[in-house]
Amino acid sequence: MDRTAAFQPVDITIENVDLSFGATHVLKDVNLDIQAGEFFAFLGPSGCGKTTLLRLIAGFNTAQRGRVLLGGEDVTHLPAWKRDVGMVFQSYALWPHMSVAQNVAFGLEERRLPRDVIAARVDEALDIVNLKHLKDRKPSQLSGGQQQRVALARTIAVRPKVLLLDEPLSNLDAKMRVQVRRELRELQQALKLTTIFVTHDQEEANTVCDRIAVMNDGVVQQVGGPMALYDAPANLFVANFLGTANIVAPVREEGGRAVLPGGVAVEVPRGGARLVFRPQNARLTQPGDALSTGRLRLPGEVVHREFLGATIRYGVKVDEAECLVDVPHLGGEAGFAIGAKASVDIDRARVLWLAA
Amino acid sequence: MNAAALRRILAQPGQALVALAVALFLAAFLIIPVITVMIAAFQPKGGSGFTLVNFADFFATDLFRRSFFNSLYVSAMSVAVATVLALPLAYFTTRFDFRGAVIVQTLGVIPLIMPPFAGAVAMQLLFGRNGTVNLLLDEAFGFKIGFMEGLNGVIFVEALHYFPLILINLSTALRNIDRAMEEAAQNLGCSGFRLFRRIVFPLAMPGYVAGASLVFIKVFDDLATPLLLNVKDLLAPQAYLRITSVGLADPMGYVISVVLIVASLIAMYLSLLALRGKDYATVQRGGGGLAKRPLGRGDAILAYGTILIVLVLTLAPHLGLLLLSFATIWSFSPLPDGFTLAHYVQVFSDSGQYIVNTVLYAGLAALIDVVVGTAIAYLVLRVGVPGAKWLDYAATAALAVPGVVLGIGYLRTYFGVTLPSGQSLAAFWGMIVLALAIRRLPLALRACTAALQQVAASLEEAAENLGATKARTVRRIVLPLMTGGLAAGFVTSFATAAVELSATMMLVQSSADAPLAYGLYVFMQSPAGRGAGAALGVIAVLIVGVCTYISNRIVDGDMAAKAGAH
Repeated sequence: MDRTAAFQPVDITIENVDLSFGATHVLKDVNLDIQAGEFFAFLGPSGCGKTTLLRLIAGFNTAQRGRVLLGGEDVTHLPAWKRDVGMVFQSYALWPHMSVAQNVAFGLEERRLPRDVIAARVDEALDIVNLKHLKDRKPSQLSGGQQQRVALARTIAVRPKVLLLDEPLSNLDAKMRVQVRRELRELQQALKLTTIFVTHDQEEANTVCDRIAVMNDGVVQQVGGPMALYDAPANLFVANFLGTANIVAPVREEGGRAVLPGGVAVEVPRGGARLVFRPQNARLTQPGDALSTGRLRLPGEVVHREFLGATIRYGVKVDEAECLVDVPHLGGEAGFAIGAKASVDIDRARVLWLAA
Repeated sequence: MNAAALRRILAQPGQALVALAVALFLAAFLIIPVITVMIAAFQPKGGSGFTLVNFADFFATDLFRRSFFNSLYVSAMSVAVATVLALPLAYFTTRFDFRGAVIVQTLGVIPLIMPPFAGAVAMQLLFGRNGTVNLLLDEAFGFKIGFMEGLNGVIFVEALHYFPLILINLSTALRNIDRAMEEAAQNLGCSGFRLFRRIVFPLAMPGYVAGASLVFIKVFDDLATPLLLNVKDLLAPQAYLRITSVGLADPMGYVISVVLIVASLIAMYLSLLALRGKDYATVQRGGGGLAKRPLGRGDAILAYGTILIVLVLTLAPHLGLLLLSFATIWSFSPLPDGFTLAHYVQVFSDSGQYIVNTVLYAGLAALIDVVVGTAIAYLVLRVGVPGAKWLDYAATAALAVPGVVLGIGYLRTYFGVTLPSGQSLAAFWGMIVLALAIRRLPLALRACTAALQQVAASLEEAAENLGATKARTVRRIVLPLMTGGLAAGFVTSFATAAVELSATMMLVQSSADAPLAYGLYVFMQSPAGRGAGAALGVIAVLIVGVCTYISNRIVDGDMAAKAGAH
């Protein structure tokens, strides 16, 4: 059957939201536009407000200021049970006194659907997550991964406008995580549901989502696709949070130029900015080697070295700063020893200047 | 017992002796008396052999049949009323941002420090047919309400006394429900009463049933409260009356004892069943401790209104007792006619023996409890003497034995044993101490076990590794580390033993031997003595209150010390 026919995904708009718990200001002037059918992530460290924002959309929090719109309709003052957004809780929240089938049927019973329709929809939902054979078990008899799929089935069964996932992978072991995140992606693509995925793990966000909102301390730092955020971070926080970033502060500024550790002077787009580059966009050269055009040199000394299999990661001390340089390990090269003098040789085109 | 076990026992003869001593103690003062009572129920009057005729007689007699059903009714209603009082409070404190939560917790302690029989008379004065409330109602509106008529009085007093236990029970059961359970239901469209019925209620039930069945049994077994309210057609008072008026040979007392024990066992079993396989307590994850719902205006009025009513009700017996203890004459009027200190003077000078006896009995009983409790805990947790577990079970079995039954058991078993002084052993005041000790032992045992569990075995092993014998290790390492828990256990045993009345009533022979609970009962029999009785009641409440406070302080201090040590 055409599963997408019954799902009517909507877009989500968060407008000027300010939320505090008592004296703690948790969400600060948040504005977001999420497209219908998009797989969107709220990504950030613990305490950044991402779960609070998710719960705001679900209706479990109230903001002191701002609006939440689902499909253009203002739901800010609508209670949780009238919003028709499906939420999968981090703990799954399966009711222990009900069987799997009864858990999945719950939302349908609340919508007063006829008994036969409920039975059919329960079967359909359990089918989608491949758990039909366990429908009469109690949650305590299921594994963690199975419990999560029941929680998912329970939400899908009511065909919500939006799917909200609160750190769905955090309770699973490493192997399951990779598998389940792929399954979630496939499911979302098949159902074309607007989905929001809350996580603190950038790999999950990168591999699964269309767009990501990076949050820190209640503020949305940047919104964009995974590669865009990685290649063009808007500030130091985003640069640091997604992938590894080397951040070098200029020694001093003269006119429109900044003097870097090691003496090199470069043009800066604005004052007070820091030099940022990725470890893989630099190489190590001997101090005496010729400097190519389009590249930047920072002289220093190797202070540590880690063999990571496909790469060798060097830590190079440049004046007070330490830079990480990833050199591909193809086999047979001598590399640099600890204590050796080496220069960090950076591609100018790949360098970013970000405000501190 | 195989050779290895035997060798283990002989290697540590001291421990084996301790185990034997405890076993003999339990046998002599718990197991044998109870078995004696149960056997007597199946014996024909004055003879031997097995018969069911006593039970047939019991159920054939109108009075006993009525008493049986009355007891069931009173116990069930007490639980019901206590739940009605506790449910809104539990709900508000666990589900809402409720600043009154502290008040509710304090409310919870107030009834527990007053033994029900102490408040009974005060309640009679305040809510009885000619009590304060009804006199005022009659004056203002021309009608009265039978709060304290017959069985209602017992229900009212018991419900007020036990509602804190139900409150704690309900609060825990509700608190153990992960908020996510409710939110998941709300997310799927459920709210209000449907939410309560489909999700909250089923998840809270097992915890509630477990606690409610224990309260049921306590009310079922209570002897003193009905006697003080002059309600005789209940099982426990009937047992008391038969034995004291007709004599030890009368089978009815034993039949009732068996009924009481069987009921206790059924209630305990139900309690166990309710919790088995339904461990609905779910652990909250990091974000689980989220803000509770804020209290809307309408809800707030309801909440504080309920608290006010419950506060008034819980303070009523205390207030009444206090007034009565200072009153000259108080009858047929809303308030006492005048005030005096004479009752307190009387209590301390003429009737000082009540207080002295209480401190003596309760002190000795608590001491026995702590010693025996520690011994059993040590034998079970550390030594693993074969059969140690059975000592634990036997000691805990005392929970199923109502005070009245234990008293009857002692009378029956030890009446024939005469002391050098010529007095029967059953009449010796030491039996009261033993009865108190046995009745409080299960709780003390739990406290001692918990205290010992806090002492890691490795601490003892380190001592033994450095050359200390088992005995020295216990003295220098284990006991000092257990002191906090033991002290708290002692104080709790003391407090509850000081106001025990069921077993005491059966065993007390004269005023000289009586503790203050019995003194209170005697005084309350006459209108002139009610003032002194009330004074004793106030003292009882003070003792229990102070002990509870001390016990809590010890436990808090203990926990703080342990936390600080890390």
